[in-house]
Amino acid sequence: MDGPRQDPRGELIRPYAVTRGRTEPTREIAIEAVLVTTPQGRQEAPFAGRDKHMIADLCDGRALSLAEIASHLRVPLGVARVLVADMTNEGMLTLHDTTVSDGYEERMELLERVLSGLRKL
Amino acid sequence: MDSASSNTAVRHPASRIKSAKILVAGGFGVGKTTLVGSISEITPLTTEAVMTAASTAVDDISGVPNKSTTTVAMDFGRITMSSDLILYLFGTPGQTRFWFMWDELNRGAIGAVVLVDTRRITDSFSPIDFFESRKVPYLVAVNLFDGAPRYAESEIREALAISPSTPLVMCDARARESVKQTLIALVEYVVAMYRRDPSAMPAPN
Repeated sequence: MDGPRQDPRGELIRPYAVTRGRTEPTREIAIEAVLVTTPQGRQEAPFAGRDKHMIADLCDGRALSLAEIASHLRVPLGVARVLVADMTNEGMLTLHDTTVSDGYEERMELLERVLSGLRKL
Repeated sequence: MDSASSNTAVRHPASRIKSAKILVAGGFGVGKTTLVGSISEITPLTTEAVMTAASTAVDDISGVPNKSTTTVAMDFGRITMSSDLILYLFGTPGQTRFWFMWDELNRGAIGAVVLVDTRRITDSFSPIDFFESRKVPYLVAVNLFDGAPRYAESEIREALAISPSTPLVMCDARARESVKQTLIALVEYVVAMYRRDPSAMPAPN
């Protein structure tokens, strides 16, 4: 990683310009859902434009949440969500979504795992 | 391989990484970011949600005249529990006018810690009302500020008008161990509640 980056766009560009004005993501992504770059994403990143390239680099080999991606990119959550949804559809990112269809047993198991994780801290 | 994973459009990773979130709510300056920072493995990050006139939440600003966008900043932290389990803590915007943001935040949340400063106890009314109305499980944590007046638990319960079943703990948001015990108390409460009454668990979206 090359550390914090000065973004020359600063405050001068309206937030949704990077998504060409789109504010609706192509799929719902929870703010805590984590994403990991796929091998395909790694290959395509250099040609995907600067924002997607940055996201592919950030999530290469580690799981980052939508919120973390937005924070590192210094863009609002909604903007990050549009970009990440596109990249997921394009096969550049794997979305590990959490809350969508889990039933009672799965969610209880998750709670138990969080509880034991906290106790071990 | 089971049949559910035979969908070739999605490349299934070796294991699904699960993430969960806990909300930390309370008035301005009550110590939300301090609490998150005490236990997070990363320095708390900030992210911003921009609500524009074009967003679906447009109705939510109908009471705010001449305002087409609102930016809400929230701080959050991360605890990686294992290679496939990550817990996020989100400090939620305290003011009522940001409740459009809370709906997104509380979807899928384990529950919430409502941090209370006994010098400004009324600041915690709106988060408590919010979580009550949305049926989000919450715990009240009284942040023990140096020099703040100490009240008996019963006095605080009465002032906040919370039910006897709602956990109330004393907490030092600066102390990792104290924050850890607060989070454990919240998750234990949630687990016990869903065990007792599975129907209390919100339906999957």
